[in-house]
Amino acid sequence: MNNFAFQTAASAKQATGAFRDDKQAAYLAGGTTLLDLMKLNVLQPSQLVDINSLPYRGITETPDGLRIGAMERMSDVGENALVMQQYPAISESLLLAASPQLRNMASIGGNLLQRTRCGYFRDTAFPCNKRQPGSGCPAINGENRNHAILGTSDQCIATYPGDLAVALIALDAVLHLESAKGKARRVPLLDFYLTPGNTPQRETTLEPGELITAVTVPAAEHARKSKYLKVRDRASYAFALVSAAVGLDVQGGTIRSARVALGSVGTKPWRAQAAEQLLVGKAATEANFRAAAALALQGARPHKHNAFKVELAQNTLVRALQDVAG
Amino acid sequence: MHPDTFDPTAGGPPPEQRPDDGSRRTFIKQASGILGLAVAPPFISQAEKLAAYTGKVEGATEMKLKVNGSIRTLRLEPRVTLLDALRENLNLTGSKKGCDQGQCGACTVLVDGRRVNSCLTLAITTQGKEITTIEGLAKGEELHPMQAAFLKHDGFQCGYCTPGQICSAVACVQEGHTKNDAEIREWMSGNLCRCGAYPNIVAAIKEVAGKGDGKS
Repeated sequence: MNNFAFQTAASAKQATGAFRDDKQAAYLAGGTTLLDLMKLNVLQPSQLVDINSLPYRGITETPDGLRIGAMERMSDVGENALVMQQYPAISESLLLAASPQLRNMASIGGNLLQRTRCGYFRDTAFPCNKRQPGSGCPAINGENRNHAILGTSDQCIATYPGDLAVALIALDAVLHLESAKGKARRVPLLDFYLTPGNTPQRETTLEPGELITAVTVPAAEHARKSKYLKVRDRASYAFALVSAAVGLDVQGGTIRSARVALGSVGTKPWRAQAAEQLLVGKAATEANFRAAAALALQGARPHKHNAFKVELAQNTLVRALQDVAG
Repeated sequence: MHPDTFDPTAGGPPPEQRPDDGSRRTFIKQASGILGLAVAPPFISQAEKLAAYTGKVEGATEMKLKVNGSIRTLRLEPRVTLLDALRENLNLTGSKKGCDQGQCGACTVLVDGRRVNSCLTLAITTQGKEITTIEGLAKGEELHPMQAAFLKHDGFQCGYCTPGQICSAVACVQEGHTKNDAEIREWMSGNLCRCGAYPNIVAAIKEVAGKGDGKS
């Protein structure tokens, strides 16, 4: 690992100030992705700014729903009673992610900013358009079993690997951000992640030096009746092959509202709004769930090793919908 | 042991709040607590820590780590991980470097009572926290119940993953994630064992959890 300067930020002002002076600085929260990638020389920040002392804490019920401070840890949010009862998909996505140790370390803000797990991105011996724009993408004609089938470009087919963002994007979460100039803004998570297009190095709309301060999720019946289903090669402690986050409000057998998102199939956490629209007003039957799942995967473009994801994702989605429809 | 040190044997209240049974163990704890106080300088408060480290650090810098109850002063670069500080600078080689990427759990230690991967933790960020390693679990010659249970159930073969397994298992019991075998396996999934001693590890954890506070 290259050496770097280090400071502990006592305030957001100090943290963002460090960025004004040093464009190569990086924020350190749990460090579980950052230090891993620094050891591989994939990331080489000149300075780490420890933001763990910033007061972005609390898991609270607000008049509008749920508010999670960005510095809360995955384990604490995953086992929080309010989250478990009112937003089960969020709790499940956290407790099925990583390991107990990593969940104790990783912050909510950092989790949402985790990088792709494409093996070529992680290995500096290979070119990678995400790591070094214009150098090429060996995954397109290489090992691509874990890669994306939705939202890809001829520059990048890496899949977004996380779990939490899939559940949050299904439940209309909003990110609260603070800019380097101290200006606050809110961004729906749906507008936060970017598909690679011609700029695969840019994964989110976060500005340099901007901090995530909190995540809010509106309360809703489809949030209370939500689920995160993760399918893996191993029983535990593995990234998803595919995952589904769903929420349904079913009254008298008819679907009043639906939320559908997929993980590890898209280049970003993949919300399937067309599938949701298809379900609203319909009966909660397997046939309708199958039709919605087919629509969600309609634009899929598999590569050599990941064609299995098309069917696996549909089956995962159907099972998740059946589970919440109960 | 410093009196406010995290007590890995707990399940119940910290030792000083337990009814005084007048046992040898209690006496040793109290005695070593007093001794610990005499040796250790007053520990820096959170506020002092912030004041000391809000400035930018470049290159090697002095840091104080509280490991297994005693304060250790080191001069390290900010890039040094907690694992390397323990192994290379403090000669606490119980914690193992397996993958060095947070994937195997061999480096698991407890920081403020929570299990973490010390390979993905910078030493400089653990100042002001209680670090407990495998070396800090036994009370003198008396093994921690989890260490004894691993021996009894043969919860290892080559032993390389064992210190991480035991630290993780101590936390797993404290967290109460020991309802049944499946729950123990799920909550121990961050610790890999290439010898495949998993059934015996589960048996050891089950025994300790069962003896503890009825969470099993």
